[in-house]
Amino acid sequence: MAWNEPGGNGKDPWGNRGSGNQGPPDLDEVFKKFGDKLNSIFGGGKGGSGSGGESGRPTSPSNSSMFSIAIIVLVVWLAYDSAYIVQQAQRGVVLRFGEYATTIQPGLNIRFPRPIENVLIVNVDQVRTIEVGYRSTPGGRTTADQPGEALMLTQDENIIDIKFAVQYKVKDAKDYLFNDYNPDLTLRMATESAIREIIGKRKMDFVLTEGRGDVANTAQKLIQEIVDRYGTGLIVTNLNMQDAQPPEEVQDAFADAVKAREDEQRLKNEAETYSNDILPKARGAAARQLAEANAYKEQIIANSTGEADRFSQLLREYEKAPSVTRERLYIETMEYVLANSSKVMVSMKKGNNFFYMPLDSVMKNSGNSSGPDVASQLLPSIINQQPSGSKNTSDNLTRFRDSYRERSTR
Amino acid sequence: MNPVKSLSLIALLGVVLLASFSIFTVNEREKAIKFRLGEIIRDDFTPGLYFQVPFINNVRKFDARIQTLDSGAERYLTKEKKNVDVDSFVKWRIDDVAKFYTSLGGNYARANNRLAQIINDFLRDEFGKRTIQEVVAGERKEIMAILTEKAKKEGGAFGLDIIDVRIKRVDLPREVSNSVYLRMRAERTRVATDLRSKGAEAAERIRADADRQRAIILSEAYRDSEKIKGKGDATSADIYARAYNKNREFYSFHRSLNAYRSTFNNKNDVIVLDADSEFFKYFSGQKQK
Repeated sequence: MAWNEPGGNGKDPWGNRGSGNQGPPDLDEVFKKFGDKLNSIFGGGKGGSGSGGESGRPTSPSNSSMFSIAIIVLVVWLAYDSAYIVQQAQRGVVLRFGEYATTIQPGLNIRFPRPIENVLIVNVDQVRTIEVGYRSTPGGRTTADQPGEALMLTQDENIIDIKFAVQYKVKDAKDYLFNDYNPDLTLRMATESAIREIIGKRKMDFVLTEGRGDVANTAQKLIQEIVDRYGTGLIVTNLNMQDAQPPEEVQDAFADAVKAREDEQRLKNEAETYSNDILPKARGAAARQLAEANAYKEQIIANSTGEADRFSQLLREYEKAPSVTRERLYIETMEYVLANSSKVMVSMKKGNNFFYMPLDSVMKNSGNSSGPDVASQLLPSIINQQPSGSKNTSDNLTRFRDSYRERSTR
Repeated sequence: MNPVKSLSLIALLGVVLLASFSIFTVNEREKAIKFRLGEIIRDDFTPGLYFQVPFINNVRKFDARIQTLDSGAERYLTKEKKNVDVDSFVKWRIDDVAKFYTSLGGNYARANNRLAQIINDFLRDEFGKRTIQEVVAGERKEIMAILTEKAKKEGGAFGLDIIDVRIKRVDLPREVSNSVYLRMRAERTRVATDLRSKGAEAAERIRADADRQRAIILSEAYRDSEKIKGKGDATSADIYARAYNKNREFYSFHRSLNAYRSTFNNKNDVIVLDADSEFFKYFSGQKQK
């Protein structure tokens, strides 16, 4: 910053110090005079030294020609030394007798020869990089870790492993040259100091996750502030956070924590899957149950309506001729019932209250085909008990027998 | 050779030499002291060209740019008696070059040594008053400000301008790092377990809720379907009752007949009939009733 930038502008602080006031005007005069003197001296001197080995100026014509050659050489050398080219990316800082005179833009320039003016060339466009926490090997993409630099303490007293690169360039060639003994080293130190100050104020989780950008921005500002305080003439153009991670010793634990977060999500998803599986099925089942209930209702109402209607119609006819209808219905029903089942007729009037009827066998025969003989033995006796018969019943009997025969042949 | 000529040559050389001895430059990076026979007569040169009397005056120049003192890491005790390794650096430059010359002999290494001792003491003091937490997080800036302030005063005595004292690193010693790692590991394990259990909890909640919803859906469906069935039953009973009430006796007759039909419809059913039953009244003969 301005207050401690004594060499910065050259004029202010030094001028205030007193005798400096006379300095610059003095110097110009002196310089002019001195330039003149120097030229004359040099002219003479050159002539002398050039011909010194052989003889003085007036002695021979060869001497004078040697002298003029020497003059020409000197002029050429001066011209060569006075003209210089500043490349596009560079700035030239001109020192006149050690005092800063001006800063020169790219192009061809003329200066006074060496003892009077000196030009220091600084590359201002070149982006320089310092790496903290690692060093990339020249050429290769591989890097070598620097754990001493990379490991730092966070606010919650955890240790974190940070690698980053700072890109910077020269903002002010004059400041860069005159203010700091080693601006590049200063920047490195400022960087290390700044990043640790910033990380020290933040929690580890924040730095590892959403805080990266914040850390990089704040660090860049702080580094700039520090190097400005020293007047290094540098500007930080970029700070790249290459890597921010827990130290190697605990990385598996951190990885597991990350995995745990995935597991948490997975468990939830599985449960959701379960939920998504059973709920629609349950709704389907519910819908089915309701549909079935409705079906039952409709069915039973329809059935009862139908039956009631049938009964009502029958009743109307029945009331017209009750006894006939009644008897007809009864006989028809009995006919149907007896036609569709096995039957045994017993006459209780003859008084044989006890008679043996192997009901099991009858049923078994009618059911399966184990012993047709029992039935055939039995049947005559039954029939004998009730001799004679209507056409109907004999038909029935023959039908009965037939069915037995069929079964036994099977 | 012409003796006059060579004499003038020698004289010329002498003048050139004399001139080169009697001028000196001070450049932008430097501060200079001009001595007269060992006595300092001027120390406030701005950059530029100056004269001196050869052999009587002599001039010493010093680099006036900002110097860096990086003394490397030192171990300090904090308030809670924990060790920390602290690496700091000091930015300084020559302020009063005459004082610098007299007190330190113009020797940069000596200046660095003195500063290192001073800063070391200050750091020890400041760290002894604070906990690690304060040193690392809270008061780093304040400590640096205090150190700079104090060092400025001390440095003034040596003609030095202390521009900045900065703490570069505050690290725990290697031995302690391991226990920090153990703690971090434990902490992560706690987080992992917590996450997994929370996941299990959430999953269980979701499942239980799903089960609950299913139970509700099913039982509500059962309730509704039973209601509907009941309504159907009621309606049907009403319809039957209304029809059958028209002739109770015939209904029971009719219904019984239907029941006979539906119950005896299998050859397995064995019906033992009394020949005297109503059905057989014509079976054993044509007797009139």
